[in-house]
Amino acid sequence: MELAFFYFLLLGFAILMYVVLDGFDLGLGILYPWFDQEDQRDQMMRSISHVWDGNETWLVFGGVILFGAFPAAYSAILSTLYVPIMIMLIALIFRGVAFEYRFKAHRSKRWWDRAFSIGSTVAAFCQGLMLGAVVQGVEAGAIDGSSLNWLSPFSILTAFSVMAGYALLACCYLHMKSRGAIRFRAAKLGRVLVVAVMAAMFVVSVWTLIAEPQIRERWFSGFNLLLLSPLPLMSLWVGQKLLRDLGRHRNEQQSFFLAAALFVLGLAGLVVGLFPYLVPRQLTIWQAQAPASSLEFMLPGVLIFVPLICAYTLWGYRIFSGKVEDFEEGY
Amino acid sequence: MELDAALLSRVQFALTVSFHILFPSVTIGMATFIAVWEGLWLKTRNPVYLQLAKFWIKPFAITFGMGVVSGIVLSYEFGTNFSEFSRITGPVLGPLMAYEVLTAFFLEAGFLGVMLFGWQRVSEKLHFFSTVVVALGTWLSAFWIIVANSWMQTPAGYEVVDGVYQVASWSEVIFNPSMPYRLVHMLLATMLAATFVVAGVCAWYLLKQRHQPMARKGLSMALWAALFLAPLQALVGDFHGLNVKEHQPIKVAAMEGIWPETEKGAPLLLFALPDMENETNHFEIPIPHLASLILAHEFNGELQGLKSVAPEDRPPVAVVFFSFRIMVGIGVLMIALAFYAYWLRRKGRMFTDRRLLRACVLLTPAGVIATVSGWYVVEVGRQPWLVNGLIRTVDVVSPLPAERVLFSLTLFAVTYSLLLGVYLYFMAKLIRKGAPDPSTLKDQVIGTHAPGYALAWVKQFEQLEKAH
Repeated sequence: MELAFFYFLLLGFAILMYVVLDGFDLGLGILYPWFDQEDQRDQMMRSISHVWDGNETWLVFGGVILFGAFPAAYSAILSTLYVPIMIMLIALIFRGVAFEYRFKAHRSKRWWDRAFSIGSTVAAFCQGLMLGAVVQGVEAGAIDGSSLNWLSPFSILTAFSVMAGYALLACCYLHMKSRGAIRFRAAKLGRVLVVAVMAAMFVVSVWTLIAEPQIRERWFSGFNLLLLSPLPLMSLWVGQKLLRDLGRHRNEQQSFFLAAALFVLGLAGLVVGLFPYLVPRQLTIWQAQAPASSLEFMLPGVLIFVPLICAYTLWGYRIFSGKVEDFEEGY
Repeated sequence: MELDAALLSRVQFALTVSFHILFPSVTIGMATFIAVWEGLWLKTRNPVYLQLAKFWIKPFAITFGMGVVSGIVLSYEFGTNFSEFSRITGPVLGPLMAYEVLTAFFLEAGFLGVMLFGWQRVSEKLHFFSTVVVALGTWLSAFWIIVANSWMQTPAGYEVVDGVYQVASWSEVIFNPSMPYRLVHMLLATMLAATFVVAGVCAWYLLKQRHQPMARKGLSMALWAALFLAPLQALVGDFHGLNVKEHQPIKVAAMEGIWPETEKGAPLLLFALPDMENETNHFEIPIPHLASLILAHEFNGELQGLKSVAPEDRPPVAVVFFSFRIMVGIGVLMIALAFYAYWLRRKGRMFTDRRLLRACVLLTPAGVIATVSGWYVVEVGRQPWLVNGLIRTVDVVSPLPAERVLFSLTLFAVTYSLLLGVYLYFMAKLIRKGAPDPSTLKDQVIGTHAPGYALAWVKQFEQLEKAH
């Protein structure tokens, strides 16, 4: 297999791992306003305090893979999306330190709650803005003072969609990790969010099909529609199954994976539309790729360590699996 | 005044990287200490070691957290603020950073959860293993970032194709001429930083007559470490200096404040005010011939001065000059303190001598300050180059509108000042609160050792029983 394509897949994998894993812990912050009792918030924080750091590492990983394998795309995208990236980084700082300080604080606990909730929400919103901007194909390098090219009705729509998606993941995670009132509320909110996410996916899809002739052509030329039809059909099936399971409080663990599957399908739909562009209409993976010496050098590292990372990440989750209220221990 | 986006980007990078380095410079050494204490506890079952490990794990955790969140910023800032730099050096530096994430960041993050929260979830040995792996992760992370930084100081193993830096030999890139010196110097610096934090806090407990057994053990270990590491660091620093003189003579000239094109028998300046405009120093306090003796190992050794290159190729002399003096000055203080403590130890007065204990408390942040000063010497001393001799910093900043950089710089300045205050407040709070007492430790250690799913199952069973 061609190396550029391999790294493109790896980048997709990193993004997917990031949005699913950090998605649910950012999502908990988005859900914070709906859980206003202190013990509920304690439990929510405790359910992710041992994993948030590892989850966020996937963001760094995605960044360095872009840097190492597609340096031209890294420099073009990051400098163009300067403002949303900076706001996202600051937001991630505030919600990240809240984990360390919230449990050690007394008087300032309220403030750390705010830092966590607002930080998570703003970070998710910025990520959605960036997604929308990239899909629309903002002109990379056009970074004059007045251009707010990352801010458009479309990118605002994707921003709210990403927030809804993260919140849905968080609901499914909470449903799995809690008992009693929290679990019921998570399931109830989750059902609303499934509908919101499905609607958002539909609107975003139709919008891109109308606005982007190239994407339209890819979907509707020849037999493509037939070949690609499993994507929307499976999304529909997953959505209705999730809605039913959350309503009946069953298959707790499966619900989380169903929500994650929605992200997989959504990302697959995006890739189908955009491939082989990293920056739509401007930069393909072959134009942006690093020289062979760099790609080959990273290859053994990726092949050895990515499976290893997945293995011990899974081990970590398994050690702390079970309902969070059973954890009383700190450090 | 017209705002300069390039200057603002550089100020922002300096601010964010300086803030970040504060935390890893403590956690690398601290993780190692905690691993050693936990290992000693498993071996000897002396509860004092467990108390040390369990006490320091809290300051370690908040310091580590600060390092994580401030580090993410850096991995994106290359692209946002130095887009041209990341485009042309990405093929060299990108894979190095990728290896850092693959071999170190995930390792640290993956095992940190077990190290912090898993005391009752896994067996003692597996917990110890997790602690060791976290420590190993911090070392590996230091290795890769030093490799990348050293390549920017002494680039090797590259070729330029269409203006893009490509790799001709990865072994030459990784083992570039200054990497081994820089790595050893930095790792020793982080060990010393942690050593003096431990010594300072333990000395404070002894002054306040709290946690006597733990504080004595901690102070004793830290001062042994200082006695061994501080002189070793001076020696390594000397070797490192010779290496810098060979590859970056202008940086050395700035460190020593040497202006003439070449100078034989150059004096060591204890103090001076470097004046870049008039190309001279004011208020010099020299020790004749000493700089030549140290750097050329010869009484009349010849050193290259700042005037040997054009003014636009010189770094900001004063910053380099004073940072170097702060670093060396603190190093001398550390060595003096370590030997003084050793002398008191021989006399059996080490834990009671208030002068020593107060000196230790005063030197608590010394290692961190010395490390940061050292980095200023390294990084500012490389200017105006970003990659020494090849790429000028001003040529590769992103063509961003200045207001945009000013906006983010302001955000960072406000956020980081706030967070530094918060961090110090919580550190002080944790230290004042003190270590867990032995009975708590016993409860915490004798856990169920059951993985989460088994615990959850038992809990559900209990609830069922209650219902009936």
